[in-house]
Amino acid sequence: MTKTFPNDIQNVDVVVLGAGPAGVAASKAASQEGAKVIIIDENASAGGQIYRAPPNEFQPHNSFKSPEFQEGEKQRKILSNSNVKTLFNHRVWSISSDLVISTIGANGLGSLHPKSIIIANGALERIIPFPGWTLPGVIGLAASTILLKSQFVIPGQSTVVAGCGPLLIAVAYGIIKSGGKVSAIIDLNGQLDWMKVSPKLLSRPDQLLKGMNWFATIKKAGVKQYNRYTVTNARQVGNMLRVSIAPINSKGLILGSKKQTFVEGECLTIGHGLFPSTEITRLLNAKHIYDTLKGGWVPVIDNYFRSSIPGVYIAGDATGISGAFSAVQKGRIAGITAVRDLNMMSQQNFEAKVKSERNMLKKNENFGKAAVSLMSLKPELINIITSETIVCRCEDVSRSEIDEAISSGARDMNQLKAWTRCGMGPCQGRTCSDAIEAILASKLGSRELAGQWTGRTPLRPMPIDEIIGEYSYDDIPIPEAAPL
Amino acid sequence: MMENFDVAVIGGGVMGCSTALYLSRNRMKTIIIDRGALCREASGVNAGTLTLNMTRASLIPYAIKGWELWNSTEKWLLSSIGTKKVNGLSLAFTEEEEELLSQRVQARQAMGAPIKLISGKEAQEIEPGLNNSVRSAAWCAKDGFTSAYLTGHAFKKALSQENSEVMEYSKVRGIEIVKNNFKIFLENNEDITAKRIVLAGGVWLEEMLSWLNVKIPIKCLINQLIITERMPTVMKTVLSIANGLLSLKQFDNGTILIGGGWQGLGDKERGGVEAIPENLRGNIRLACHAIPELRSGRMVRVWLGLEAETADALPLIGNVPGISNAYVIGSVHSGYTSGPYMGWLLSQFIMGQETDMPLFEPSRLIN
Repeated sequence: MTKTFPNDIQNVDVVVLGAGPAGVAASKAASQEGAKVIIIDENASAGGQIYRAPPNEFQPHNSFKSPEFQEGEKQRKILSNSNVKTLFNHRVWSISSDLVISTIGANGLGSLHPKSIIIANGALERIIPFPGWTLPGVIGLAASTILLKSQFVIPGQSTVVAGCGPLLIAVAYGIIKSGGKVSAIIDLNGQLDWMKVSPKLLSRPDQLLKGMNWFATIKKAGVKQYNRYTVTNARQVGNMLRVSIAPINSKGLILGSKKQTFVEGECLTIGHGLFPSTEITRLLNAKHIYDTLKGGWVPVIDNYFRSSIPGVYIAGDATGISGAFSAVQKGRIAGITAVRDLNMMSQQNFEAKVKSERNMLKKNENFGKAAVSLMSLKPELINIITSETIVCRCEDVSRSEIDEAISSGARDMNQLKAWTRCGMGPCQGRTCSDAIEAILASKLGSRELAGQWTGRTPLRPMPIDEIIGEYSYDDIPIPEAAPL
Repeated sequence: MMENFDVAVIGGGVMGCSTALYLSRNRMKTIIIDRGALCREASGVNAGTLTLNMTRASLIPYAIKGWELWNSTEKWLLSSIGTKKVNGLSLAFTEEEEELLSQRVQARQAMGAPIKLISGKEAQEIEPGLNNSVRSAAWCAKDGFTSAYLTGHAFKKALSQENSEVMEYSKVRGIEIVKNNFKIFLENNEDITAKRIVLAGGVWLEEMLSWLNVKIPIKCLINQLIITERMPTVMKTVLSIANGLLSLKQFDNGTILIGGGWQGLGDKERGGVEAIPENLRGNIRLACHAIPELRSGRMVRVWLGLEAETADALPLIGNVPGISNAYVIGSVHSGYTSGPYMGWLLSQFIMGQETDMPLFEPSRLIN
């Protein structure tokens, strides 16, 4: 059994990692069946990225009180009225194969010994680098949603909004609704691409309507939209960012130079889709597969959201990007399956409850999958990464260094990391992994051949001061001397 | 079937690679086979420390030669892997540690290590970042480190320049002796024939030797390594403590590597499985005791490296007992430091020359 730390919690059935929609649903479902449940999140309250809560002392101006904000308030209330124990402001930094979870919080290191773990750590944003992406004022679409939802500020006086998928439109709408100015929308997809997915979006007519309202608001604001365009470059000119854009084909290949132009904004917010967060499942050596339709590498799960590791379940976008609505059903099924596997509910009760979730899951998944198809990486888009472009921004590793390592024989992600230091910095590869995998896969032929970086402890950088705490030299359990 | 080789080396770590490199420079047709990429196990994930303070006393003469090789990689490996020569200090914080340190210094001096016992105050002059409570230290000017993760890149380049065949991601499943040749069977059903073989598989040598029905038990240690994010300069030496259970250094890029052989979980079958949080904290506390300013940094990554150890904790370098033209190399304590020199010695032996220093006869480990 793994050793423990002072803040040790032994008596718990299920620990849920991440308090977004999937985690909240999973914890509530498991708790309702009588399991002792703890939910952990590094944030101060539940909501995850989509329903991100503002800090307690913030009161949003009415224009910022979006439906997401209201939904988040509802979920936070449900959670606080449930029997689920919450451990907010706590980070999970390691999980052992006997399912001991190591945490760090205001009281230092701690550990939990659950019987089961439900991983609901969501997704990460993909950004394909381009010259200028590291300039101040260039931020992710997800970062913009944090500013809008949690901090109640707009990214800049004027913002160029670029990328793909629903997040692109949500951010543009959010900025306008909050009183900001969108200089232009640069959409990787064409109107035809949007049309193609709209029948599937009909599985959630309410949401389709919401999306149409977003488009209408953007149109009314007179925002110039460039469809099937990519950003190729950003430069600082005075107080503004000059953002070069170019038309692309459906594969992301840049077409002729005639239509290339530029737009300007104080800020550029850009994102090229979402991919499932696999840092915990990689750390646990769970099996993964690459699935473009799910957003990228996903842990292998069965129909009940069991991973390849006994006692470990996965829910929400971490199982494949399909959005916040399906995350709820994924969470509920994972939650009750965990309880069923602990023999704490009858098979009959279990089957009835799973069945009632499945229909809704299908509907919501169809809606989510349609959105994902707009976000999947266009294979030729990696050509916007010019040879001088920094790809790993923590370690300043350029595209040419990565290409050179590949041509001198690096044949998997770990070898590429060793030869160039890409992914070794404080973001631990979260920012650059997808772009680097895409570059390597384009040379090797597939993502499977490129592989993924090995999962490592700690899951987040850890302040050494907080790890060591107060101690005296005599307390250190120094092992016996090495042979003379 | 691939053409006939003079030597097939199985295991692409530092010792296998350097043996192959020297043999191919002596016009032997060599192939090196690894189930993964070159130097991605212990040879690429160790702390890169080139220290005499932590080397076993009886291996000091070899480690000095190895240290010289790592400090001249441009000459024999034809590229740099970031070798840096700095002062090394082994520290004593208690009376017992002082006693242990003085014993260890004497043993190493007797084997020719240029190590000197100095006072705590003198140690602080060499390393201003040190904790005031240091009582005495063993000082060695022949110390330093490399960026171990670059080792495979350098060897791969050097080996291909010598036209030595490099076969990565190819797992060997067995060996048969056919008409005085070795037939090496790969998992992809290919096979390779060679006149001589060198087994250089680190902690997996026990299994490799069993292909030839030779039984030598090899223990596997699971060492934890910790790296911080880049931080301002807080130290400039390589540090260890009297009993050898700390290795600490700051690279030019500002990251600090904390190691010393604190154990994680794993085994030969699964490799390194996971770090043990309690051991991480112990190792980091010890490091912060030595360099108090380290506490302002952040731990960014932890990994595990496997280390092989024989029953007498001495290397395995020479003939595979009872089988002519089969050789084995490995299980060298602090093996990264002396690795390339060990490869040189084995290449001399295989070429039929008198070796510059004695080898470590494997037959001693067979009952």
